[in-house]
Amino acid sequence: MTATIVTPKPGPAKEVAKDASMVKQKDMMASHYDRLTSAPETGEKVAATFVPGNLNELIMCFGLVNNLPEVNAIQNGLRRTSGAFVLEAEKIGHSEDVCTYVKSDIGMMAKGNLAPNGKKFPDPDVLLLSYTGCFTFMKWFELLREQYKCETIMLHTPYMGDGKITPNMIEYMVKQLKDEVIPKLERISGVKFDIDRLREYLKKSAKAEDDLVWVLQSAKQKPSPIDAYFGGIYYIGPIFGAYRGTDDAIEYYKFLREEVADRMAQGQGPVTPDGDMGKEKYRLVVEGPPNYTNFRQFWKMFYDEGAVVVASSYTKVGGVYDFGFRHDPDKPLETLAEYCLGVYTNRSLPMRIDMLSNYIKEYEADGLLINSIKSCNSFSAGQLLIMREVEKRTGKPAAFVESDLVDPRYFSAANIKNRLESYFQMIEQKRAGARSAA
Amino acid sequence: MDASLIKSGTAPIVARAQALFDDLSFAAAREWKAAQPGRKVIGYMPLYVPRELIHAANMLPLGILGGGDQLEVIHGDAYYQSYICRIPRSTVELGVTGRLDFVDGMLFPSICDVIRNLSGMWKMLFPQVYVRYFDVPQTYRDDIGGNYYVNELAELRHDLGELRGQPITDEELRRSIALYNENRRLVRELYAFRAERPWLVPAAEVYLVLRAGLVLPVEEHSTMLLAYLAAAKVEDRPRRDNCRVVLTGAFCEQPPLNLIKSLELSGCYVVDDDLLLVTRWLTGDVSTEGEPLRSLATAFLHHSESTAAKYEPDEKEKGQHLVRAVARSAAEGVIFAAPSFCDPALLDRPMLQHVLKKAGIPFIAFKYAENSGQMQPIREQAGTFADSIKLWSGT
Repeated sequence: MTATIVTPKPGPAKEVAKDASMVKQKDMMASHYDRLTSAPETGEKVAATFVPGNLNELIMCFGLVNNLPEVNAIQNGLRRTSGAFVLEAEKIGHSEDVCTYVKSDIGMMAKGNLAPNGKKFPDPDVLLLSYTGCFTFMKWFELLREQYKCETIMLHTPYMGDGKITPNMIEYMVKQLKDEVIPKLERISGVKFDIDRLREYLKKSAKAEDDLVWVLQSAKQKPSPIDAYFGGIYYIGPIFGAYRGTDDAIEYYKFLREEVADRMAQGQGPVTPDGDMGKEKYRLVVEGPPNYTNFRQFWKMFYDEGAVVVASSYTKVGGVYDFGFRHDPDKPLETLAEYCLGVYTNRSLPMRIDMLSNYIKEYEADGLLINSIKSCNSFSAGQLLIMREVEKRTGKPAAFVESDLVDPRYFSAANIKNRLESYFQMIEQKRAGARSAA
Repeated sequence: MDASLIKSGTAPIVARAQALFDDLSFAAAREWKAAQPGRKVIGYMPLYVPRELIHAANMLPLGILGGGDQLEVIHGDAYYQSYICRIPRSTVELGVTGRLDFVDGMLFPSICDVIRNLSGMWKMLFPQVYVRYFDVPQTYRDDIGGNYYVNELAELRHDLGELRGQPITDEELRRSIALYNENRRLVRELYAFRAERPWLVPAAEVYLVLRAGLVLPVEEHSTMLLAYLAAAKVEDRPRRDNCRVVLTGAFCEQPPLNLIKSLELSGCYVVDDDLLLVTRWLTGDVSTEGEPLRSLATAFLHHSESTAAKYEPDEKEKGQHLVRAVARSAAEGVIFAAPSFCDPALLDRPMLQHVLKKAGIPFIAFKYAENSGQMQPIREQAGTFADSIKLWSGT
């Protein structure tokens, strides 16, 4: 039987409320896509790579433009084109069981490989397989290599299975960077590596990272001026994407920080697509990526109930900065290694549990919500244990919903809404219990 | 070779292997441990761990491959969503029901995100057990991946030494390497013999005999292999008009034994496969000269099998291991059998199929779970495949 995806017709246009920073972020993304799709005319060379373990500073040292297939899949999810791409990939032999980012990407290629600006993506000159926190990445770029027939550079990041970064891991990664990654990028780009140039970019990264952390931690305030999951996805866009290490990123995060500071000063909550959020009733920590095909619908289920996400693991998938790590220009290659090693999905399950439990305490959250993604084993395998353990440690209730990244077949609005409503009731009961015990 | 072993034929050997396979309480490993005070057992999951290191510490390496189709999973399902493969849930079931309570350590090799995350779960669930995520390099230069791997091996060697209360010496390690070299040679001999005369060594028997090696001490397993080979060579079994296939994709979660039997019953001799790869992951002898950890690393980097969990740096080489396996075993087709929700196998499959298509090698594909019970569709599919090869190949 052939599955048919019916994309609902959009209702009457309604103005979507956005912070000025969100508009700015959107412009940055659009500008990057324009640069990327103009590469054949400008002669710029393109490096495809991944968000976790994104070596943007290094890529910029060689004048390469970064193309992130996950971000493209997200864009296709948000624009509701991913469903057809996923089906296309399945039609040409890809299993229904595997990552839908990959299938969206493969399907998009089969259907013309168009960027969100309607122009064709250029073929990459190199696939920088910075392989961090997810096995699928390796297969994904083997699949792309088969299509593009271009050079693939592997940077293998060991997993933090024992919850620590060892000297052997750093040495291994630095050696790969020095002896494999950099010489190959020099050859492909025709640009000689300049370590001082890298240091300059790293300095800029650290500056923007300071402001990003400030923004994410502003959610400790009550009411939280931001939503650190749905809104957080906008905030991480530039730094997880093509802008880390640039003046544009510094400017964006400074602007964002000022905007959030202003909201804090006025005691305002986050801006949602329907305008300012009403009274903050529930403060949640969320684990796992969001669903992108029904992103706004999903978000609305939260803000309609007065639920704000004060911390999330997904906004750490392209770098964990809130425990003090900053890109360090004084040890440029080591810092890139440390960054890759530290991304959220490269952390062991006990580390993830510690992190989420601490978030609940530090951000004074009412509980943990897990959005378990069908096709993302890196996140999903073990989440039920995470849920139980975090509940046990914090005494706060946890809940579990399931959806997918960019496959609309796995977003069941009614189920998710029911679960969320029950969860909010559970929090109310817990509060009532605590009050009567006091 | 003891002539009585040959005389009694393959049946008692296969029966012994079957009994080990059926025993989900791991009585043989428990008995081995109880036989001498201080003995320890180290469990490991697919795909590969250097069992030589465990053996050198006078410990028993114990392969844990899930619960198969005889284990009712009750607790394990509470740890996993429906869209995650079955092996971690049945492995958790084995753990939480006390079936692995004699296991002193568990190694979780670098194979996929599910097994990777299970390493952390095991730490949480069984804090008294030594648990290690066993990472391997995905870059194969001696001075890069090799150095990293040697240091990882050194850490494991150190930990195992601590666990037994005495460091592992080079001499102990070399002795273990030699024993595993011998074991792998016998496994390769068995595979070569099966490729030559598959009707004498049915795939299900080969599987059981190999699988016994994941439970028994290597010395005992080598004896079993020798005996089985010797007995099989002189047995008279009818040759069927089967086609010859390579089975691939089953390197982690195991297919039910009935599935392997069904393939042969439906007309396909399995002449090569990627089942239980740990038994022949290293494709040649590991040097017993020089620094033993370096020897293990060199073998891993330059003389190990190809599979989906391992990065292939050369695009032209992608999938060629399968083409070579087909040529080596004179196979007529390939059966892709992957566990449901197995990321590495299922993501790899389209690329491998493209390579086979280019090489003109026919193939079919299906999925299974370790507890799949209904074999009829698989029999029909494999039977039709066998017929199509018989009828149409070479025309």
